[in-house]
Amino acid sequence: MSDRRRWIGERVPRIEDARLLTGRAPFVDDWEPPGTLHVAFVRSNLPHAKILDIDTAAAAAHPGVAAIYTAEDLGALCCPGPVLVPPPPIEGAIFHARTPLPLAREIVRHQGEPLAMIVADSRYIAEDAAALVSVDLDALDAVVDLSTALNEGAPLVHSDLGSNLAAHVRQTKGDYEAAKSAADRVVARRFRYDRGVAAAIENRGVLAEWDARADRLRVWDTTQAPIPIRAAIASTLGLSEAQVRVIAPFIGGGFGPKVMFYAEEILIPWVAMQLGRPVKWIEDRYENFFATTQEREQLHESELALTEDGRILGVRDHFLHDSGAYDPYGLTVPINSQCTLLGPYRIPNYESEFRVVFTNKPMVTPVRGAGRQHGVFVMERLLDIAAKELGLDRLDIRAKNLLDPDEFPHNHEIIYQDSAPLTYDSGNYAPALAEAARLIGYHDFENERRAAAADGKRIGLGIVNYVEGTGIGPYEGARITVEPSGKVRAATGVGTQGQGHFTAFAQVVAEAVGVNPADVRIVTGDTSEFHWGTGTFASRGAVVAGNAFGAAAQAVREKILAHASEALEVSEEDLELVDGTARVRGAPDVSIALGELARRANPLRGAVKPGTEPGLEATSYFGPERGTTANGVHALIVAVDPETAMVDILRYVVVHDCGTVINPMIVEGQIHGGVALGIGNAFYEELTFDEFGGTTNASFMDYLLPTATDVPAIETAHMVTPSPLNPMGTKGVGEAGAIPVAAAFVQAVEDALREVAPTLELVDIPLSPGRLFEALQDAGEEA
Amino acid sequence: MSDVSIRTRINGEEWTGAVEPRLLLSDFLRGNLGLTGTHVGCEHGVCGACTVRFDGDPVRACLMFAVQIDGHEIETVEGLSPAAGTDLRIADLHPIQRAFHETHGLQCGFCTPGILMTVASFLERNPKPSDREIREAISGHLCRCTGYHNIVAAVARAAELLTEVEA
Repeated sequence: MSDRRRWIGERVPRIEDARLLTGRAPFVDDWEPPGTLHVAFVRSNLPHAKILDIDTAAAAAHPGVAAIYTAEDLGALCCPGPVLVPPPPIEGAIFHARTPLPLAREIVRHQGEPLAMIVADSRYIAEDAAALVSVDLDALDAVVDLSTALNEGAPLVHSDLGSNLAAHVRQTKGDYEAAKSAADRVVARRFRYDRGVAAAIENRGVLAEWDARADRLRVWDTTQAPIPIRAAIASTLGLSEAQVRVIAPFIGGGFGPKVMFYAEEILIPWVAMQLGRPVKWIEDRYENFFATTQEREQLHESELALTEDGRILGVRDHFLHDSGAYDPYGLTVPINSQCTLLGPYRIPNYESEFRVVFTNKPMVTPVRGAGRQHGVFVMERLLDIAAKELGLDRLDIRAKNLLDPDEFPHNHEIIYQDSAPLTYDSGNYAPALAEAARLIGYHDFENERRAAAADGKRIGLGIVNYVEGTGIGPYEGARITVEPSGKVRAATGVGTQGQGHFTAFAQVVAEAVGVNPADVRIVTGDTSEFHWGTGTFASRGAVVAGNAFGAAAQAVREKILAHASEALEVSEEDLELVDGTARVRGAPDVSIALGELARRANPLRGAVKPGTEPGLEATSYFGPERGTTANGVHALIVAVDPETAMVDILRYVVVHDCGTVINPMIVEGQIHGGVALGIGNAFYEELTFDEFGGTTNASFMDYLLPTATDVPAIETAHMVTPSPLNPMGTKGVGEAGAIPVAAAFVQAVEDALREVAPTLELVDIPLSPGRLFEALQDAGEEA
Repeated sequence: MSDVSIRTRINGEEWTGAVEPRLLLSDFLRGNLGLTGTHVGCEHGVCGACTVRFDGDPVRACLMFAVQIDGHEIETVEGLSPAAGTDLRIADLHPIQRAFHETHGLQCGFCTPGILMTVASFLERNPKPSDREIREAISGHLCRCTGYHNIVAAVARAAELLTEVEA
């Protein structure tokens, strides 16, 4: 294989950029077939209410309105949606599935739940008509506060359940009680993580067109998972899957919520079939704060048992997880919290128990990180507090508990979100921590702190570890075809939302078949091009689809070599694939172009050898036995103004290990974006609710996303510990950047304020300037 | 209310016609003219995705009505580089677009056209900006993918490329 020009590992500039930079790359809202009707939804302003009446008469009479639907008009369609991710088989686990109706009937359970759908000649007219719908709601007491939602006498989100308990899961390893009684020190604290929104800049949208002559439905959808969406649409509407084509063209950011299957994804195609016209719905930003799923509210009560010298004996963590009004996504998020808490550490005894709680808030499903943040936050905070109490260095307490390279695979004896045992495949943790400490200047930091103090600045340093389960199954596939032009086309089922798939996958293919990545045309997110797969989520594209491309490319390579061997009358071993040709090693003039081979492999007349397939084409699948384990270290330096509680990030260092890197430029971009989202989650972004459950900051004026002046330059370093679970050795990286930021951020802020407020302990996230100010006041009163 | 006649120049071409008075500029550009490179992210003037140039200045197309461009000139991302055929080559693009490509200054690309329009005006006024000035110049744009790191690099690179072009 020495002939291979290496493309894997190269900083290949992105092939998709030209279309995006010129505004030509089509997003869902950019399509509009002639005669398209537009939808606006009437949504509940109340978080919990009985529906007394919905009067649509005036709206229906409004000129330009084509149709109006409430739950009563949907017939058989008005049934609860599917449970998308069934809970893993954990012994003793309780799970009560409650999924929403496409349009609410009798009861609304969160603000923004849809009540009526208006279809009109334009969105302007649809919204005019929406204002004419008269909705009579009888407000019910709402479940808002997670900490009291399971109390006796609390209002009920789903009255038939008799409580707001959605799920209960307990997983243990070893014997925590025994570890605790043997411990020199037990640190116990409560931690809180609040809600935010994913805030992809493109809102959701669906456009559906029913072609009655062809008997086919075409759906453009801002989904991360076009193939499961196609299956759901087909089964719900009684169509064959072959009749439904779902296209997820360019998507303006996903971050998790676009992997959900939403009511609008059924309603819009259904209406298009009912009316025989193309129908389009584009979510607006206000709707996005309610109609798109969210994440991150959890309350933890946690304990860490240690020896005097800081060795971890065990961890206990009991937490409440807010599911919102429904739980269609099963237990993915809280199980991620449960499993990610263990981090890179050797933890012999673990007792983890969580209760998932229904509240009258928008639904919770994975948002970049998907529960992993919470686990990292709890563990790293416990280590910080333990280090202080035991008088240990925070780097040392971490270093001494890290798993060693010879401890892999490391089975944690609990079940992960992919239903497989949580087993770390590989890792090399100590060098990553040491490298991050070196890059951030940990060992010289006291000098830096003194120098800053002399300038009147209070600076602090934070450094934390994380481990991320990535690249889970079940599988993805890829089909690769060499065309007679010599160019290569390749398709997969995952959707793409900016991750650089058109380039990274092209690099994988190019390396195997000896062409330039620019000559590989990747297609993603179109079920007519490839119809097996599950989607883009759980940091799995490069791992699962990437290795499917690798396998298919190898199969195509073998076909090329077989045909070339025959054409050139030399043995395959003497051939190399270079620059779009198969040629004889040492005699490059004896060659044949791949395009010519493709023509010969698909003759129009004559005989094809028995047992062979036409064309230079192969389809392959890759399904890992379990997820890969990526890891990393984040370190930062902040300056904090104790008067205003404003925090300025001076430096940010990320050392990460995602195994084999296909394109370092793209990986760094993923890290940068993840960190920025993490900074938002840590300091700026908190979705706030009033006592009745209403959101009080549902706009970008009030809900603060970090801007270019809030996010620092981000220094990155790659470590490479290839995964043994896939041929390329890749691990996922899409979510990594976002996961440990809050833990690192609060450590740095505490560190900066250690003289001003020695008792300050930051246990709530997001740590807004307001929350930090209050914590400082409290710490001042205690001191 | 009856439609209002307007006369404007869009990407250098004269346009005359009638529009509904309440039609947003963003919807006019996208829906009436098919210039879908201008994206709409928040419809309340915060995210900046819909930024276009109005007589050379960046404005939020979601905060203006189409009737307001009567007698004025609008430039969208489609006007930034000459319309190429099917073979879209990076080398043919505007230096700012090339800089974003070189530095990986975009990921999903949804916010990108608006940022390009702001940067075009910014670099006309400040051809050699500092890192701080670049960050402030683009701070009216929300990007959820890039963490801004490579956008800042892209603007710095664009400044270099534009200087080369002029030299």
